[in-house]
Amino acid sequence: MLDSFVYLDHGATTPMLPEAIEAMTAQMAIVGNASSLHTSGRRGRRVVEESREAIAQAMGGRPSEVLFTSGGTESDNLAIKGTFWARRDADPRRVRLLVSMVEHHAVLDCIDFLEAHEGAKVTWLEVDQVGRVHPETVRTAIEADPDSVALVSVMWANNEVGTVQPIAEIVAVAHEFGIPVHSDAVQAVGQVEVNFAASGLDLMSISGHKVGGPHGVGALLARRDATLVPLTHGGGQERQVRSGTLDVPAIRGCAVAVRHATANRTVVAARLVALRDRLIRGAVDTGFGVQVTGDWEPGDGLRRLPGNAHLLVPGCDGDSLLYLLDAAGVQCSTGSACQAGVPQPSHVLLAMGRSEFQARGALRLTLGHTSTVADVEAFLAALPAAVERAQRAQVATSTGQASTGQARTGQARTGQASTRQAH
Amino acid sequence: MRVIAAMSGGVDSAVAAARMLDAGHEVVGVHLALSQNAATLRESARGCCTLEDAADARRVADMIGIPFYVWDMAARFKNDVVEDFIAEYAAGRTPNPCLRCNEKIKFAALLDKALALGFDAVATGHYAQIVESASGARQLHRAVDMDKDQSYVLGVLDEDQLARSFFPLGDTTKPAIRQEAAARGFYVAAKPDSHDICFIPDGNTRKWLTGRLGEHPGDIIDADGTKVGEHAGAYAFTVGQRRGLHLGQPADGGEPRYVVEVQPRTNTVVVGTGNLLSFDAISADHARWCGPVPEGVVSVGAQVRAHGEEIPARAWANGDHVEVRFARRIRGVAPGQSVVLYDGTRVVGSATIAKTSMVAICDVETEQAPVTRVASAQAATSGPPTAG
Repeated sequence: MLDSFVYLDHGATTPMLPEAIEAMTAQMAIVGNASSLHTSGRRGRRVVEESREAIAQAMGGRPSEVLFTSGGTESDNLAIKGTFWARRDADPRRVRLLVSMVEHHAVLDCIDFLEAHEGAKVTWLEVDQVGRVHPETVRTAIEADPDSVALVSVMWANNEVGTVQPIAEIVAVAHEFGIPVHSDAVQAVGQVEVNFAASGLDLMSISGHKVGGPHGVGALLARRDATLVPLTHGGGQERQVRSGTLDVPAIRGCAVAVRHATANRTVVAARLVALRDRLIRGAVDTGFGVQVTGDWEPGDGLRRLPGNAHLLVPGCDGDSLLYLLDAAGVQCSTGSACQAGVPQPSHVLLAMGRSEFQARGALRLTLGHTSTVADVEAFLAALPAAVERAQRAQVATSTGQASTGQARTGQARTGQASTRQAH
Repeated sequence: MRVIAAMSGGVDSAVAAARMLDAGHEVVGVHLALSQNAATLRESARGCCTLEDAADARRVADMIGIPFYVWDMAARFKNDVVEDFIAEYAAGRTPNPCLRCNEKIKFAALLDKALALGFDAVATGHYAQIVESASGARQLHRAVDMDKDQSYVLGVLDEDQLARSFFPLGDTTKPAIRQEAAARGFYVAAKPDSHDICFIPDGNTRKWLTGRLGEHPGDIIDADGTKVGEHAGAYAFTVGQRRGLHLGQPADGGEPRYVVEVQPRTNTVVVGTGNLLSFDAISADHARWCGPVPEGVVSVGAQVRAHGEEIPARAWANGDHVEVRFARRIRGVAPGQSVVLYDGTRVVGSATIAKTSMVAICDVETEQAPVTRVASAQAATSGPPTAG
């Protein structure tokens, strides 16, 4: 086992901030259901409301607009299904959902569900080569039949390739037609400026553990005039829309993390941009034909997430690279969703016009608040050997190649240490 | 050594991985995802590629403290095993996909990928032994547990593959392995063995084949050429099969009737009494040798089914081709099945049965002449017992 490893998967989750751990653990020792009317209950309620205010302030919203949930996935589900049902109930013509082709599965799978079981019609919003939705694409899609649209959903920043979407412009277009807009801002918070009110959004999903808070907690920011049909029924704790006893320690930890991440954002982002550029440049310069996907311009931290580097390595399978880098002590991701542990071709890369074959060699490296130059250098040092090996492995396992044991001869050995897989 | 432990999620491969680790190797667990359609096939399969099996394998890897990955071999598996399986049935033969999987996937695609990634070998939970000869060559031998012995399905491995393979369970009985798994705290210790073909979830091969090859109604005839029934596709029948023929009337004398030949070209199934299934010689192709190619006529033990008995025989290899003559008549073997040849407990090699025939019972002590070649498959399986 390695005592130290290089963690370059902050997009999956980032280490908890010491301040969040401290606040949360302190809260865990204190009894109190925030819905109870007695002293302990009121004490818990106070923590919840202070946390709500802290998140509202950090996100540019009002406290009453913050609904605590179990995380980004639940927030996306509540926003999309809740709005779809509410808007369709108000006007049965509204069954159309306008959704970008590069959304996270928490959004895509909601859409698939509504299409399969609730008669929803979907208009997929195409993206350009860097994965960006153009406001005019949204306009064209709406104008085809404005009265039929229930909701527009476009993520703030893409989780695979880091492309930041022109959310305010998209909202402006939709609002011309009186159509509400949801955005999954899970990856954006703490990396780029996210202001709920200024964006004009009706609904916005955020997550605690992506910004240094605990897992299993997040929030949906929902304007007061956004009507939502509840997904869970019970005590109606959150605005009668979301039921379930509030997790006071997690909410407190989440609020501390969100406040911290937004307060330090400009300093951290500038540092991450420099690290990211160093990583991308170094990878491209290895001579293996490594390409960077998405919208990358050195020094820019507005159009691409500061902490996101997404690479295509020719002739490699992402899972081979992931194993080899993991064995060398560098933890990263292929970026795309896994099915039973098998990376699937990324729908994001396919939507951006990449071929399935190109998409196989995808590698996502995401930097966060603990990342250092040494992390980047360790990755760059491990990359060439990993690419060489992974290319040989792809040749060895490609379909149709007669297996005559070519790879079984003349193989070299290295002293790579093994480490535990981190997903 | 750096070793990939192929982990199916079952008890055997779990103990195999743990034993490799105990032996001081650096071990990484790999579960093979073999199903093309994750959503449908993996859900209900009782074989070796369900989501639950992958989770079981992951949990064992976690318990013994080794890294674990799932490798997607679905495309290769479809090409080399599933398509081959379908094509063999379509051609009127009865393949054993486990041998093909070992030959093309576990000890080829998986092994090649492992070697390319810097590993030295692959370890599996097969019941078989590797014994190093005086000259240092690695030989494949039967497991000590003859009830579980899986050397038959490994008879396709060549010296090169054996040099890179470990079978850590070959010296132990299955009950002892289950005990060891329980002692190691593996909750898969009591998990039932898998028996079915892993890509046919409900075990209904005929229905599965019909789904892929479609219905092709044709005639069932007897050895005289008289039509005695109809079928929905000749490919779904196997030589030696008795059930599912749905023949309107019993044979003269009331003897049970069996499939004695499948004729894919005319989509005809030939049935006859059990005596027509007897033979004492086979011709086989696609020879694979686990060690040196035998020269001339050699005395062997021949096994024609995964858990069948070993029968004394003489074998003669000629390139890709093998002729085998048995010391006594045997029954009910279908073209497409594999014959695996043994010298004592050592696996000599294997070949795919092309045709069976009656020649003359061979005296394994004295027989020297090369086995007579039989002219046609037709004569071989549907002719009277004295033919050839």
